[in-house]
Amino acid sequence: MRVGKLPARKARILALRYLGAGVVTLLFLFPVYWLFMISFKTPDEIYHVPPLWIPGQIQFSNYYVLFKDGDVVAILNSLIVAGVSAFIAIILGTLCAYSLARFGTGGENLAMWIISQRMIPPIAVVFPVFLIYVYFGLVDGYFGLILLYTAFNLPYVIWMMRGYIVDVPLELEESALVDGLNRWEVIWKVVFPMVRPGLMATSVFTFVFAWNDFLFALVLTRTEVITFPVMLTHYFGGQSNFWAKIAAMSVLGTLPIFVAVSVMQRYLVRGISLGAVKG
Amino acid sequence: MADVKLSGVHKYYGNVHAVRGVDLTIADGEFAVLVGPSGCGKSTLLRTIAGLEDPDGGTIAIGGAVVNDLRPRERNIAMVFQNYALYPYLTVSENIAFGLRARKTPEIEIRKRVSEAAEMLGIGNFLQRYPRQLSGGQRQRVAIGRAIVRKADLFLFDEPLSNLDAQLRDEMRTEIKRLHHEITTTMIYVTHDQVEAMTLADRIVLLRDGNIEQQGAPLELFEQPRTGFVAGFLGSPSINLIPATFKTNGPEAGVVFQSGGELTLPSAKARPLASMNGREILVGIRPQHFSRAGGSLRDGVVSYSATADLIQPTGTRTFTTIKIGGVDAVAELQAHDVSSHGERIDLAIDLNRVVLIDPSSGLVIA
Repeated sequence: MRVGKLPARKARILALRYLGAGVVTLLFLFPVYWLFMISFKTPDEIYHVPPLWIPGQIQFSNYYVLFKDGDVVAILNSLIVAGVSAFIAIILGTLCAYSLARFGTGGENLAMWIISQRMIPPIAVVFPVFLIYVYFGLVDGYFGLILLYTAFNLPYVIWMMRGYIVDVPLELEESALVDGLNRWEVIWKVVFPMVRPGLMATSVFTFVFAWNDFLFALVLTRTEVITFPVMLTHYFGGQSNFWAKIAAMSVLGTLPIFVAVSVMQRYLVRGISLGAVKG
Repeated sequence: MADVKLSGVHKYYGNVHAVRGVDLTIADGEFAVLVGPSGCGKSTLLRTIAGLEDPDGGTIAIGGAVVNDLRPRERNIAMVFQNYALYPYLTVSENIAFGLRARKTPEIEIRKRVSEAAEMLGIGNFLQRYPRQLSGGQRQRVAIGRAIVRKADLFLFDEPLSNLDAQLRDEMRTEIKRLHHEITTTMIYVTHDQVEAMTLADRIVLLRDGNIEQQGAPLELFEQPRTGFVAGFLGSPSINLIPATFKTNGPEAGVVFQSGGELTLPSAKARPLASMNGREILVGIRPQHFSRAGGSLRDGVVSYSATADLIQPTGTRTFTTIKIGGVDAVAELQAHDVSSHGERIDLAIDLNRVVLIDPSSGLVIA
């Protein structure tokens, strides 16, 4: 594009657009900003009237407390549970999706049946699951949560990945089969590179689902494997709320998602729009 | 290098019997073209040879060994697809080398073969580009390059030129022909385009409804079709088929068109029909066997006067639609033989090369 003077009318329209975008961005970012600021404030500053837009000095004592008390282990727990379950769901789900897409496994209706598993309200199954977990001794452990999140994410992964895989031209795979690859190599060297944007986007959403889950984590954990959303609720007391801890913990809990989305952004945009075009 | 032998090959898709007991032998080094209309089973047959489809009956042998139970990669074949099947995330060079890497060929050998193939196909300047940066013709060259470097026993082409525009298709056709002269590997080529089939093939295998209708050298099929279908499929514009009745009158024999008019047949053509007086037949006259009448007529050439209806000049030749026996027929004349719609023209028809077809069986009688 040519950089130089724009005609006055176009310049005005452009300015208005930026102004609009700026206002919307401010609106969306303000709560995040406020959260960050609280996490750096002292208790006096938090309850100050009128509110202080910027803390007097940036101090990390709110975070320090979380580390000192060992509360940050909740973040680690969430990372393990969400990370491992997302990884397993992606690997298993993509293979299932390949089978559905290429071998017509289960006929025409299996895919629909699988995604329908995702439509059940979690609250309807949480207590039966709890009873089963109690019976098998899975409550309050990594394995139980990972198993549950994997099971819940699998239908989503299968559904999404099936769509992406169907879009890969069959000839690419056939050509590779003729050229000397076996089926596993075809999946690894042809299908994965072709569906990478979709795979990345699906991975992020899968991770985020497990990361943000509150209901299952609340019911299925006690003291050993408390995840970050459950830990947050401990700071809401009957008498008072620990705003400093809530803010600091929330910031810590937001960071992994922030990092994941930033790293994957390139793929996310393509992956999501791929799905959108497909409908 | 290898010959290919199919014996009684069947293939079903659900209730559809796509290939119906095909027996076919393709000699080592031969260029065989499988041709036929959509749904005739030609691509299915090719894919069965490749191992991408399992036959439901019969055997497939490559180089004397039955390969029914071998996977595609174990058959040592190379295949070129209609939509090129290039990996968009790999460069041209990596695409060409793909099959060699899959077979763990040493890198130094890969580099040598890739540059040889690139040289042969004139794509040496594009090796570091990605497929999306290439034109259709260049992409197809890359796809062919990927097949060449493999030094496979057998080359399979599945309508490789169908996605190209007309001019490029002509160029690539010539290149594929030259390629076969240079590397002399057995090639099986599928197309629905009869011009491609005629120009490329050592042998044409014409398929219809999952059966081989006729096979042989291109000119053999063109000049001595065994069925009306073969006569109609090969040749462009296609052969004119005119319904008529066969009549003998003493030593003379001819055809009487149902809407009036008749043509006297040369004796060589009439003899096989001697006992068929009064039989309905289809008279097949190729557009190329019409010409402007002038001077004396050779034996077996008859004159026919007609009115030019539609005139389609192609530059070198002019396709002219005329009425003959009540149906529209196309005559391929010299460029300036006819100038305007409605013009009365005297034509000569070479009946020595007429094809007479039994309309009930579809078989060529003479």
